[in-house]
Amino acid sequence: MTSNCNVSNMRRLVEQLKLEASVERIKVSEAAAELQQFCLQNASKDALLVGVPTGSNPFREPRSCAVV
Amino acid sequence: MGEMEELRKEMENLKDQITAARKTFQDSTLQEAAAGVTVVGRVQLKTRKTLRGHLAKIYAMHWGTDSTLCVSASQDGKLIVWDTITTNKVNAIPLKSSWVMTCAYAPSGNLVACGGLDNMCSIYNLKGKDGNVKVMRELAAHTGYLSCCRFLSDTEIITSSGDCTCVLWDIETGTQKTVFAGHQGDAMSLGVSPDFKYFISGACDFTAKLWDIREAECRQTFGGHESDINAIGFFPNGNAVITGSDDATCKLYDLRADQELLTYQDSSIMCGVTSLASSKSGRLLLAGHDDFNVNIWDMLKAERVGVLAGHDNRVSCIGVSSDGMACCTGSWDSFLKIWN
Repeated sequence: MTSNCNVSNMRRLVEQLKLEASVERIKVSEAAAELQQFCLQNASKDALLVGVPTGSNPFREPRSCAVV
Repeated sequence: MGEMEELRKEMENLKDQITAARKTFQDSTLQEAAAGVTVVGRVQLKTRKTLRGHLAKIYAMHWGTDSTLCVSASQDGKLIVWDTITTNKVNAIPLKSSWVMTCAYAPSGNLVACGGLDNMCSIYNLKGKDGNVKVMRELAAHTGYLSCCRFLSDTEIITSSGDCTCVLWDIETGTQKTVFAGHQGDAMSLGVSPDFKYFISGACDFTAKLWDIREAECRQTFGGHESDINAIGFFPNGNAVITGSDDATCKLYDLRADQELLTYQDSSIMCGVTSLASSKSGRLLLAGHDDFNVNIWDMLKAERVGVLAGHDNRVSCIGVSSDGMACCTGSWDSFLKIWN
């Protein structure tokens, strides 16, 4: 890893760390609950998770032929 | 000399402060929170389409927002826009430089972009008047390779580079609007938040950074990986970030708790992660590895629930379409596969 060891760079790094230290945080329990809720609420719309019926799968050829 | 020492001490103090602050908000773990959730049943996706046409390793792919078209980039020197349902090639665009490492599809569907060892991001207009696809702009200023690019709109694009920076470009003027500097190693991958206000970058300094696009600053930095981060993406609601690394693991970081929630690892997985994508609900995490496979994880339970085995070489790129109907993998074996 490269490190530019001069004073102005160090000052910039310190200012950046001050900014990152000041971020407003929420509890992990709250964050985790919301992630979980999002997954469960959207599960039914997740084709890779619940599967796609053959008839409505755009990537599969329909089994039967329609007479037009 | 004195000031350097003081600054160094201040830096260490601030780092300790951040670590301590994160700990005070660690009242639980995602494991505990998801204890009542049952692991997803075995996920078995099948190859529905194979897109054949590239003559060399595929390095990148990106879905169009219509969930039907996608663009791929190969070191055969071509960008191909595919209709994934018919497997037809809508456009085959010859590139000036064949050393391409990334490609992107604009949300509008009007433009595609690519770049690589030429250090440039080239923008192509797919909807030109005479029907020919031509280079619209060449965005040049990076002093290192272009590792990734993502459009914000038809007028703005963000790039990440081996020169350790990320840049927001004005496509019309071809100039840099903002340079996002801070990574101490090659920036390898980037992802844009669903609301287009933030982007995340993963780099060879083993960290991921969250950037505020308009304020032009880095808001948060996430560490923990033991090697280069090659792939990064937002969890679908924009509140969490997933990273994939050469250390063979993926990690989930929550942006509002400002910390890592989970690591996705298995002793049998020893190959670096090259690419990753989330399913539409975020429940499944698909990770492409150097060992030719894609591992599918239950994101909440950190358990492996499936494998996509079908490529004869490294899986270099992966993407889930916006409507969540399919996943596309691209490989060094020169093929793309559509799975669901």
